[in-house]
Amino acid sequence: MAALGELERSVMDQLWSTPAGLTAYDLVDLLPADAGKRLAPTTVLTVLSRLEKKGFVTRERSTRPHRYTAVASRADHSAELMRDVLDGADDRVAVLERFVGQVSPAEADALRELLLGRARDAS
Amino acid sequence: MLLASALLAALAVLLAVPVPILLDRAAWPRRAPATALVLWQAIALSGGLSMVGALATFGLAPFGDDLVHAAGLFLVVVSTEKTVPTSDVWPTLAVGAAALLVAHLVLNLALTIVVSVRERRRHRDLVTLLSSPDPGRPGTRLLDDPAPLAYCLPGVGSLPMTVLSQGLVELLSDDELGAVVAHERAHLAQRHALMTTAFRAWSLSLPWFPIASRARASVARLVEYLADDRARASHGAEPLARAIALVGGSESTGPMEAGAADRSAILDRVRRVGLAPLPGAARVLITVGAVALVVVPTVLLLGPALLDG
Repeated sequence: MAALGELERSVMDQLWSTPAGLTAYDLVDLLPADAGKRLAPTTVLTVLSRLEKKGFVTRERSTRPHRYTAVASRADHSAELMRDVLDGADDRVAVLERFVGQVSPAEADALRELLLGRARDAS
Repeated sequence: MLLASALLAALAVLLAVPVPILLDRAAWPRRAPATALVLWQAIALSGGLSMVGALATFGLAPFGDDLVHAAGLFLVVVSTEKTVPTSDVWPTLAVGAAALLVAHLVLNLALTIVVSVRERRRHRDLVTLLSSPDPGRPGTRLLDDPAPLAYCLPGVGSLPMTVLSQGLVELLSDDELGAVVAHERAHLAQRHALMTTAFRAWSLSLPWFPIASRARASVARLVEYLADDRARASHGAEPLARAIALVGGSESTGPMEAGAADRSAILDRVRRVGLAPLPGAARVLITVGAVALVVVPTVLLLGPALLDG
């Protein structure tokens, strides 16, 4: 499964850098060969259909072969991810819990003082 | 039955207001987070049981001397006569309220679980596409972002995942980073998400009851303490304290949105790192009290039926 995840990432990287979209055969040519063996087109199609189901790619069905494009840019998805992480302090959507939440500049100063104090105690 | 109902109502009131407020303010949970979490769960369970039980025993009193037989008779009468068989409106209302409360709490818990599982799955999909596996640490992924971030994703039908940002890796030394990873792995290993999700569901289903959200915040804090304790045990107090302060003290974590409580929580965690745990005897005593909290309403509800045989 982990390997499939890595393939999904390589496919998305290609689609993100080609906004016009790619076919599965384009992707077979573009994706790095695994230990000297090119990826099978069926493998690429499996990955594409998984990505389609997850809502990351759409398929242009009017052309043959089907052309796949990314639903949103990499930057958009990064922003969505960061929103999930940074909104973690909100009660209603706290799905993720961060190691340490956000702090104000004053709080940051207090923390730095504390660190300096600890460093002095230690030496 | 009416005496049991009055006792359960008194217990419900105690567990709804003064007890959670006292526990939230108490200092000892900082030194015994696991024990305090057991107590919070006992309070929630016992409080819910007493509240529902007080309503049910009051409402079913006309049908029998103990809850089990009275409930059986009530169901038989309602199902055969298709109507509520009493002239008195209050007991009927009480039974209805008990049933509604149970349904409300159970449905809300289920809904919260479904929503958070779906959101976590979406987030996991995003992480898979936008991060790379950390070659040195199995189950850990590196996110290419300058803000110092660390969090974990519990696995639902998949492997749990710890996510670190590039900014964090650059900010921290190896031992500090090790402490952060140990902290996140403790969350995953001890299934903290189950507890925080349950208390979040509880506070979301009772929006008119502010103490539920205090309990939720308290449980969230205790879970961080527990993970800190695990990280301290494996990586030492100093690296952990430095990691918390450095990540909390870096100003590049994005726009200021966190509440005041969240901010003082970070200082609190740094200071807590050097604290000695509560003596074992005190922890045992509190745990016994927590068990008693659940046993008392259970006995009040089921005891008479068991004694009758």
